[in-house]
Amino acid sequence: MTKSQRDIIIFTAFGLAVMITPLLLRGNYLLNVFVFIGINTMLAVALNLLLGFAGQISLGHAAFFGLGAYISGILTTRYAFDPWMAMVAAALCVGVIAFIIGFPILKLKGHYLAMATLGFGIIVYIIFNETVDWTGGPSGMSGIPNLSLGPIIFDSYMTNYYLIWVFTLLTMLLSVNLANSRIGRALRAIHDSEVAARVMGVNVRLLKVQIFTVSALISALAGSLYAHTMTFIAPASFGFNFSVELVTMVIIGGLGSIYGSFLGAAILTLLPEFLRVFHDFDIVIYGLLLIVMTIFMPGGLIGGFEALAAAINRRKEA
Amino acid sequence: MENSDQIIQYLLSGLSNGSIYALIGFGFAIIYNATGIINFAQGEFVMLGGMLTIFFLNVFRLPLITAIALAVGVSTAIGIVFERLAIRPLKNASPLSLVIITIGASILIRGAAMLVWGKDTHALPPFSGNDPLYLMGATMLPQNLWIFALTAVIIIASKLFFHYTIFGKAMRACAFNSQAASLVGISVKTMVLLSFMISSAIGSLAGIIIAPLTMTSYDMGIMLGLKGFCAAIIGGMSSGLGTVIGGLLLGILESLGAGLISSGYKDAIAFIILLIILFLRPEGVFGKKETERV
Amino acid sequence: MLSLQRITKTFGGVTALEDISFNVESGAITGVIGPNGAGKTTLFNIATGLYSQDTGDVYLGGQNISRLPPERLARLGMIRTFQNVELFGQMTVLENVMVGLHTKSKSGIFSCAFKLPGQIREEKTIHRRALKWLEYTGITDLAGMTAGSLPFGKGRLLEIARALASEPRIILMDEPAAGLNSRETMGLAGLIKKIRTSGITIVLVEHDMELVMDVCDTVVVLNLGHKLAEGTPRDIQENPEVIAAYLGDG
Repeated sequence: MTKSQRDIIIFTAFGLAVMITPLLLRGNYLLNVFVFIGINTMLAVALNLLLGFAGQISLGHAAFFGLGAYISGILTTRYAFDPWMAMVAAALCVGVIAFIIGFPILKLKGHYLAMATLGFGIIVYIIFNETVDWTGGPSGMSGIPNLSLGPIIFDSYMTNYYLIWVFTLLTMLLSVNLANSRIGRALRAIHDSEVAARVMGVNVRLLKVQIFTVSALISALAGSLYAHTMTFIAPASFGFNFSVELVTMVIIGGLGSIYGSFLGAAILTLLPEFLRVFHDFDIVIYGLLLIVMTIFMPGGLIGGFEALAAAINRRKEA
Repeated sequence: MENSDQIIQYLLSGLSNGSIYALIGFGFAIIYNATGIINFAQGEFVMLGGMLTIFFLNVFRLPLITAIALAVGVSTAIGIVFERLAIRPLKNASPLSLVIITIGASILIRGAAMLVWGKDTHALPPFSGNDPLYLMGATMLPQNLWIFALTAVIIIASKLFFHYTIFGKAMRACAFNSQAASLVGISVKTMVLLSFMISSAIGSLAGIIIAPLTMTSYDMGIMLGLKGFCAAIIGGMSSGLGTVIGGLLLGILESLGAGLISSGYKDAIAFIILLIILFLRPEGVFGKKETERV
Repeated sequence: MLSLQRITKTFGGVTALEDISFNVESGAITGVIGPNGAGKTTLFNIATGLYSQDTGDVYLGGQNISRLPPERLARLGMIRTFQNVELFGQMTVLENVMVGLHTKSKSGIFSCAFKLPGQIREEKTIHRRALKWLEYTGITDLAGMTAGSLPFGKGRLLEIARALASEPRIILMDEPAAGLNSRETMGLAGLIKKIRTSGITIVLVEHDMELVMDVCDTVVVLNLGHKLAEGTPRDIQENPEVIAAYLGDG
């Protein structure tokens, strides 16, 4: 079985599992949690393209998510755009912004890149709060219309679930494809040795900006979907904390692993639900998870599983 | 006339905030020079300084000076624990892992503070009363004077430490060339630990002297930390005086911007400056350009 | 093929290279030797676009390539290897060589993500050609291993395979024999000669005199940033200035 055949089987199995899950879930509460897992998976996969593949950190991805949500919200509520058109407009708009700021930002490395993306995220967050006439300020923006497709209106938990997951699965599929292509290899090459990648003819600077743009664009798409399914948005969802949460999802799942990002997103979405009893403990646990995973399991959960499987295989052979 | 009074008022409060940014920036620069790490948890030590002092004052009814000493002591101890548990285990870690580790530590400290002290804001009484002083038509609180004086003392003391004590010189040697330093018998590990200690002590002091003016809460460290970083970036991460000027400059620009343009965007000013500097002159306004070697 | 003209480079006031000129003949193997600190690696870094020289120009096949970035040079057919072996450590051996084919393929992000028909075909070609270069360098059996876990000597071969995969006109090798045992060095000499017969021009920076004298057609000697001599291996071995420089150095 070749690698690409295996990829197809894994993806098909995963997709089927996603499609039948709502039939097994009881109650709207859980369904809603799974809608969030879908959105977070999309975001984590998008960030993983940048962080896991190209090795470039962003602590401002919540800003792209928020920009997608707000542009969609403003265009539909104020300018009577069709929600689908608003979504396309938001994604393109954010893509252009990311492309423009990508050049100066991705010239920076390591800690400086982290700080610059963080700064960008905070500036955008402040703008969400302060441009009250546009965004409704800290108290948020409501009345964003649902998406609809012919007779189907995506306004119930069930319809939202399928809407979100179709986009999430598509994102995952395209990312898996990208990972096993010339571009994916070039990105991983940048991660491992930038100088060698350049010497081999990879236009490092341009490729970093391109993947940053794609990553921002997917995040904006997730933002639009979020706005149109929740119909209400407020700046608090798009702050620094959420950017860090996204990074945590990617790290926990495993840098460079698409299914790992799903795992990370699922764990971080479910954790606060389980921990509701322990109110507010989640933030402490994120912190601990980040430190412990980075020190002891740099490959994330998926990396850990792979190492375990390899160890078992070796023992079998021996 | 009224307008110029106003401007003096802005300058004063800008200088006062700027001193704090300078101190926090110092903390960043000390660790960066010893290890090449930007410690994202720097701001949390600022928060710890304020919160711990209030805690010792209110719960144990200790005199202010004792409470301050204890707060600095505990913060430093937390800095030591942080270095031993999270930084030292990582040998040859990539900048990416270090960024993530220090962010993790920052969240952890912030979360723990929230669990212990709750989400409310707390106030530390001013060191010497609340009667305003008048200066050229502007008002100033005695606490502002404390801030100026203590900032100056801390900065001079650390300057003396780095230039005239054996530990200080050893740390500078490490920053300059850690391999050579270890060859002449300097323990690089000890110096790294020392840098975390000094940095957390200075950070917590900054948090203590600003607390009577701004109130303190578990999440105050993020913004202050980032602005301190901005000060250090303006200063080029290395030159001591550069960071001081960077901090003061940032404080003044921020307070003028907030007063004359819009207070809502006050916090954005620091980050816009940060981005402009990182884009145009990442080695800082006062830093020297390094020749890149492959 | 490659021509360096009056290259000067200083680092913070220290002159690393002063007024260096020489030509590399097409299809030949040119060796650059010299004691430690002679400026050999700096010269390589300038020729391959990693450093920029203070003055002077570099020409590749008549085209002025001074100040072009390395990624452009790769497309022009100039590729290099590194003294310390710069592999993509977390990728497999095969994937490393596939990155070598980056300039020989052109699918963009969009066609890769959507697996357009052209991309699938291209991917198959990349895979086939990469395997061919693994075979050429004799490391086919390591294809699935992680590059970072290779022994040093094999890593060196992989780096050469990756460079060859880009089908260069000229390869610059920075101390290819460094860290190799004598058996591996012999294998390397064979490989270098084999590469030359396929028409690729080679430049070597090397410490291993035996290797240089064995494979090179022309040798350039640098000392303390100056060009000391240039000639056939035999001329160089008999050049009194060269002998003095090496003896003086230690």
